[in-house]
Amino acid sequence: MAEPLLALEGVEARYGPVKALHGVSLTVGEGEIVAVLGANGAGKTTTLRAISGTVRRSGAIRFAGKSIAGRPPEAVARLGIAHVPEGRGTLSELSVGENLRLGAYSRRDRAAIREDEERILADFPWLEERRNQRAGTLSGGEQQMLALARALMLRPRLVLLDEPSLGLAPRVVADIFRIVGELNEREGMTVLVVEQNAILALEAASRAYVLEVGRVALEGGSEMLRRNESVRKSYLGY
Amino acid sequence: MILAFDWTQLAQQTVIGLSSGGLWALLALALVLIYRSTGVINFAQGEMAMFSTFIAWSLIHHGLSYWEAFFLTLAISFVGGVALERVVIRPVERAPVLTVVIVTLGLFFLVDGAARWFWSSETRSLPNAFSTRPITVAGVAFSIQDLGNIAVSLGVVALLFALFQFTKLGLALRAAAVNPEESRLLGIRVSWMLALGWGLAAAMGAVSGMLTAPALASFDQNLMQPVLLYAFAGAVLGGISSPFGAVVGTLLLGVFVNLIGTYVDWIGTDLRLPAAFAVILGVLLVRPAGLFGRASVRRV
Amino acid sequence: MRRALGIGAWVLAVAAGLGLFLLLPHLVSDFHSRDLARAGVFFIAIVGLNLLTGYTGQISLGHGALMAIGGYTTAALVVHEHWRDVWTIPLAGLAAGIVGFIIGIPALRLSGLYLALVTFGFAVSMPSLLKKFSGLTGGTQGLRFLESAPLQVTGLTGKVTIFGHTMTQNHFLYYLTWSIGIVGFALAWLIVRGRLGRVFRSVRDSEIAAVSSGVNLAATKTFAFALSGVYAGVAGALLAIQDEIVNPLSFTFLLSILVLVGAVVGGLGSLPGLVLGAFFVQYLPSISTHVSSRAGVPDFVYGAAIILVMILLPTGAGGLLRRVARPLTTWLYTRP
Repeated sequence: MAEPLLALEGVEARYGPVKALHGVSLTVGEGEIVAVLGANGAGKTTTLRAISGTVRRSGAIRFAGKSIAGRPPEAVARLGIAHVPEGRGTLSELSVGENLRLGAYSRRDRAAIREDEERILADFPWLEERRNQRAGTLSGGEQQMLALARALMLRPRLVLLDEPSLGLAPRVVADIFRIVGELNEREGMTVLVVEQNAILALEAASRAYVLEVGRVALEGGSEMLRRNESVRKSYLGY
Repeated sequence: MILAFDWTQLAQQTVIGLSSGGLWALLALALVLIYRSTGVINFAQGEMAMFSTFIAWSLIHHGLSYWEAFFLTLAISFVGGVALERVVIRPVERAPVLTVVIVTLGLFFLVDGAARWFWSSETRSLPNAFSTRPITVAGVAFSIQDLGNIAVSLGVVALLFALFQFTKLGLALRAAAVNPEESRLLGIRVSWMLALGWGLAAAMGAVSGMLTAPALASFDQNLMQPVLLYAFAGAVLGGISSPFGAVVGTLLLGVFVNLIGTYVDWIGTDLRLPAAFAVILGVLLVRPAGLFGRASVRRV
Repeated sequence: MRRALGIGAWVLAVAAGLGLFLLLPHLVSDFHSRDLARAGVFFIAIVGLNLLTGYTGQISLGHGALMAIGGYTTAALVVHEHWRDVWTIPLAGLAAGIVGFIIGIPALRLSGLYLALVTFGFAVSMPSLLKKFSGLTGGTQGLRFLESAPLQVTGLTGKVTIFGHTMTQNHFLYYLTWSIGIVGFALAWLIVRGRLGRVFRSVRDSEIAAVSSGVNLAATKTFAFALSGVYAGVAGALLAIQDEIVNPLSFTFLLSILVLVGAVVGGLGSLPGLVLGAFFVQYLPSISTHVSSRAGVPDFVYGAAIILVMILLPTGAGGLLRRVARPLTTWLYTRP
């Protein structure tokens, strides 16, 4: 089997004196959707932050064969990893159009950027209408889709999605996951998604890791995890 | 005692007010630029501008023409601003705001001291940027210098506006200023954006200084201290969160200060400054975020 | 056992401090006592500013002007009304406290930068205002104590007799200033440790949370301003007594900056480092002059020192002291 697109091994992370990750190992293969589940405080968001470099971390992190364990966030983005943070990370003072444009900030291929922009606007037509609107005035669901669209503007090789369902109505969340699924099927977009909503996550993803107190407690295919007794009880509610 | 009404004088004093206000506005814009990206008022901005003015003086002293020295000083100031940010501000990027404020105060003393060290305290003068002849518009005499100052100020503001609104770099600067964490995730080198901001601010301060000095018969190291006061006051009056507000606020302040000094004898020149601050206080009590600032709703 | 050790260490520290306070003038030259007295003035002002900025989080760039109120109150009472200088101190504190309270009122509507500007404006305007109302303030010349000299406790003879002890003028000024300083510090310490201190800090950390806990925001904020004003007024009065003269140049914006620098270098939001802050602000200018007295170099050195200290100690001396003492206090206060 080819080397996975993303591989973490023994990754530790800390916020000041507090250690949040105690040795997390996981892989994401090209074209997969992989989920990271766990309760609040388990270290899910921290794992994504460790990958994108926005938290102090140590351990091995390899992306497309290269180590990114020491790189700052700006460099990680330039390698093609789009991190959509918790809370969407919308640049609320700027317009929708400007947010989109910034998604492609680290790219230089202007013609291709414009192509991508057209394609993305085709997928999200309402964005075109709201182009000049201040991004902060969008609803939560719209901001989430904007964040996704912005991530796509990078033509990313890997998308890190942090709690996409946070604070959104169920119907909106379903929409978002549907779009993520479509993009994965159609374009082979690789996604690592962190979710508290385990049901949705296990439907969308093919594999998942369950984190507990900063460590991987369980891993496996979605189907298998769905049938796992402790997962069912703790995270699926039945 | 209010003098009998004279429209000509009003027009003339308004233009004079706009002229000085415009130069203050450049410094105000510099303050806003740094405030938006770093969260502090750079108390050393005036002294940096003064230092640039002295550099210009030295260049002219060595034979360059005024405008040659002007543009060369702009470039030197830009580089100097970037360097200052990297050396002095970067180490305290994550420190509490008041710490950074004290650093800028320390910078004030440092730059001021350096200027007094490298150049003696004798007064010197800069040649005029514009001709000092008067020009008559609609029967009223104005000074070309005043009109020239206003034009340059507005021109610089327009250039900056274009940079921020229409270029990729400007977009990145704006993003880095308001959402540094998210911007890093998009690949923006936020730290360098801050340095760039300081460079631009230093350049704007240099313009302010290099135009303020010729308007005076002579200048020394105290040149920009009053300008900093008025720039700070004008920026807050207009709304520190809005560059547009800062410029308009400072222009208004310039006109106000000049008119009140002219028309209200009791205030004259001694109490112009307190009068200005009193008015600003009044405005802030009614609109706590400044004239054009956006108030963050936080009713408690 | 640990508790006893902890208390013992405390008592020892306080005793050592008091001993140092009492003996210091006899260990240094008479002239240096004068400098130490000056440092004491800064100390008092800094303690007051720290209560405001460090504990309630409100910024003031105008404490030099509040010192002016205190200094001029003392001077006016001495020169115009022929009071004895020492007795004017409470009144000076009160006057500045009232002005502080008045400034606190706009502070209710403004915060952060906007408050900084208003206090900044006040500080910057003070010299002009002092010059303008020259009937009371003596205008540009200011007020000189010597006109009423015979009534002064400090006296012209250079020797002062108090409680039966005779001492030089400088020693007297030192003891006067630092005793008041110690009292002021103790008072601040009691406030900070008590309920009011917690209320102050709640305002600093989250106004919304404070109000939901029943804190009267307006009263707390204005009281903090008034209280720190009292300290500044007392400091200003002591400055006037030490110099025996006040004029607009004694109270420029620079003074406000120095008090703020001293508070931050000393360590905002904590009390121990403030003495160091006062010494920093008092002695650094003269040290800088020693490095070289060429024009501009002292200021350059002074500015560089401030920057360096802030880079190395972003939380001030107080922060450093806390970090250094943490292992000790952890050990002392942890159950074995």
